[in-house]
Amino acid sequence: MTVMEQRGAYHPTPPPAWQPRTDPAPLLPDALPYRVLGTDAAAGADPALLRRLYAELVRGRRYNAQATALTKQGRLAVYPSSTGQEACEVAAALVLEERDWLFPSYRDTLAAVARGLDPVQALTLLRGDWHTGYDPHEHRIAPLCTPLATQLPHAVGLAHAARLKGDDVVALAMVGDGGTSEGDFHEALNFAAVWQAPVVFLVQNNGFAISVPLAKQTAAPSLAHKAVGYGMPGRLVDGNDAAAVHQVLSEAVAHARAGGGPTLIEAVTYRIDAHTNADDATRYRGDSEVETWRAHDPIALLEHELTERGLIDEDGIQAARDAAEVMAAELREHMNQDPVLDPMDLFAHVYAEPTPQLREQEALLRAELAAEQEGAH
Amino acid sequence: MTTVALKPATMAQALTRALRDAMTADPAVHVMGEDVGTLGGVFRVTDGLAEQFGEDRVTDTPLAEAGILGTAVGMAMYGLRPVVEMQFDAFAYPAFEQLISHVARMRNRTRGAMPMPITIRVPYGGGIGGVEHHSDSSEAYYMATPGLHVVTPATVADAYGLLRASIASDDPVVFLEPKRLYWSKDTWNPDDPQTVEPIGRAVVRRPGRSATLITYGPSVPVCLEAAEAGLAEGWDLEVVDLRSLVPFDDETVAASVRRTGRAVVVHESGGYGGPGGEIAARVTERCFHHLEAPVLRVAGFDIPYPPPMLERHHLPGVDRILDAVGRLQWEAES
Ligand SMILES: Cc1ncc(C[n+]2csc(CCOP(=O)(O)OP(=O)(O)O)c2C)c(N)n1
Repeated sequence: MTVMEQRGAYHPTPPPAWQPRTDPAPLLPDALPYRVLGTDAAAGADPALLRRLYAELVRGRRYNAQATALTKQGRLAVYPSSTGQEACEVAAALVLEERDWLFPSYRDTLAAVARGLDPVQALTLLRGDWHTGYDPHEHRIAPLCTPLATQLPHAVGLAHAARLKGDDVVALAMVGDGGTSEGDFHEALNFAAVWQAPVVFLVQNNGFAISVPLAKQTAAPSLAHKAVGYGMPGRLVDGNDAAAVHQVLSEAVAHARAGGGPTLIEAVTYRIDAHTNADDATRYRGDSEVETWRAHDPIALLEHELTERGLIDEDGIQAARDAAEVMAAELREHMNQDPVLDPMDLFAHVYAEPTPQLREQEALLRAELAAEQEGAH
Repeated sequence: MTTVALKPATMAQALTRALRDAMTADPAVHVMGEDVGTLGGVFRVTDGLAEQFGEDRVTDTPLAEAGILGTAVGMAMYGLRPVVEMQFDAFAYPAFEQLISHVARMRNRTRGAMPMPITIRVPYGGGIGGVEHHSDSSEAYYMATPGLHVVTPATVADAYGLLRASIASDDPVVFLEPKRLYWSKDTWNPDDPQTVEPIGRAVVRRPGRSATLITYGPSVPVCLEAAEAGLAEGWDLEVVDLRSLVPFDDETVAASVRRTGRAVVVHESGGYGGPGGEIAARVTERCFHHLEAPVLRVAGFDIPYPPPMLERHHLPGVDRILDAVGRLQWEAES
């Protein structure tokens, strides 16, 4: 008797028909990234919103250029530019209510600035004067997060806590394509779906994790497809189309706020600059690829739409550029001043109450600094 | 007598050479990690290896440290010798589950049937102006885990010799690479890139009589500098480079301290619960009757690694070391 026959003997009746817990079909992303600009959907877009997005894109691009220039002058230790990805950054910020929370990765300075964070404070981490240059509660922006994907479970926990308290707060968490390979990404999505937490996950798929292309990162049909396995909807959007990103995000935010649970959104975009100023992108990608993406520039796309529909004129465009220049000039001026740092700060925030050992170390440093002062005179 | 042509080389170059030689010598050696292929690693330590050995042996992995080390465990089970790269000290933490629960104890739990010949390369330490999470000294965590070897070179020759030994080891080795020494140059002979340096031997980098500075990795050059500066104070300081934190070379260290009667342990990771406490205790146990003073520690502060603009206040420097030497109760001598 074979094993199967034996089994048959022990289980004379077949098991009940298996049913999936959730119908996967509505969770599946569209085959192609969703677009608004240049399509019929654009007619429905709010002109005021489009203008606002445009102004922020222009400002964001200028911010990236200025911050990159500051690395060349040694004013910033490092800058991971989001040039080319501004539509995602800006839409992520604008889609949130004041009470909502943003969980950015280290590349998402611009989202923080678009949400209202002071441009100088946003650069503190990258300048190297302190790890986080702002009070996260003030703007409801978690610290820019360097270890990849580790902020995602935090977003889930915060959103869950808010819901337990009866607050209709949504958390929007940002991560790169590479970050989706980390275990924390998986765990965060699973918790979010099981708890039906009001979270929106925004993956900026910019093609590379430093040098590693998406094809070596995942074999999934798209990153948005990963959602289905957790039981949440996956959405695929053109990450360079600010109107589309904004629309898809706002639907997901509304869905989460209404108690519908999390959404995973993959925005397909491209990192025009190198990973950071310290990276040599010519080692792993060709110019022609970059040029193709330049032709799909988020600012140009929106500018075209606005102009075509008579929603902006030359003066309007110039006004956006002027505002960006003002921001850049102020940023330059502030960043060109040496920050005044107090070395005693090293001990100020390790514990609510410093340990006796830290007090000793504090005294040692104070004595050293006094001796340094003495020597300087 | 043949004369050897010594050439200047950086520690990064010596590490690349060690990987290349190990891969040439043994087809079981595989290199894997984030950006180790096309890019050659963010510190270029794996530069050129993918071209020479192909993607199957030099693999850009998905971005997942637990996955990198966990799959290395399986590869080692099947007879390969994976050399994995953790991109930066603080990014190795997701892999700790695999490291502590499996890599470190597989030999033990299988009664020797399943060794784990894995080398885990971890760039570590500060002093390069890195932003948050790019400057941790995590050696105490590794040292506290039985089953792991923990080594860290301070010279170009040792970088080569110790990496070759680590890859050849049938046990897992956490190979800590002092980031700020990657570009430090030394002369060595690239045609005969030194013998393989056995794991577990400390070396006296500078002989002296007044006191012993016990140190390793990025703090070795600082201690050598302090020893030079100490001459002005009338101190002739011996510098012992541990090279290997596990296993620990009690003999070399104790012999040195017995000669000098005084010791200061120097490292940049935090002092409390740090490597220095273990080292000081061992020295005291072995040299109590030879000691003229308690063994002192000069370490980083017990704080999360500070932002770059303040790191100079945190890292043990020459002054702080000499200050400690000054506190070794010299009056006892007279
Ligand atoms: C846990 C962890 N591992 C490694 C790194 C080093 N690292 C920094 S950015 C990066 C690539 C990230 O790629 P992706 O997630 O696609 O985001 P992008 O940089 O493209 O925005 C790597 C490997 C890190 N920050 N955290």
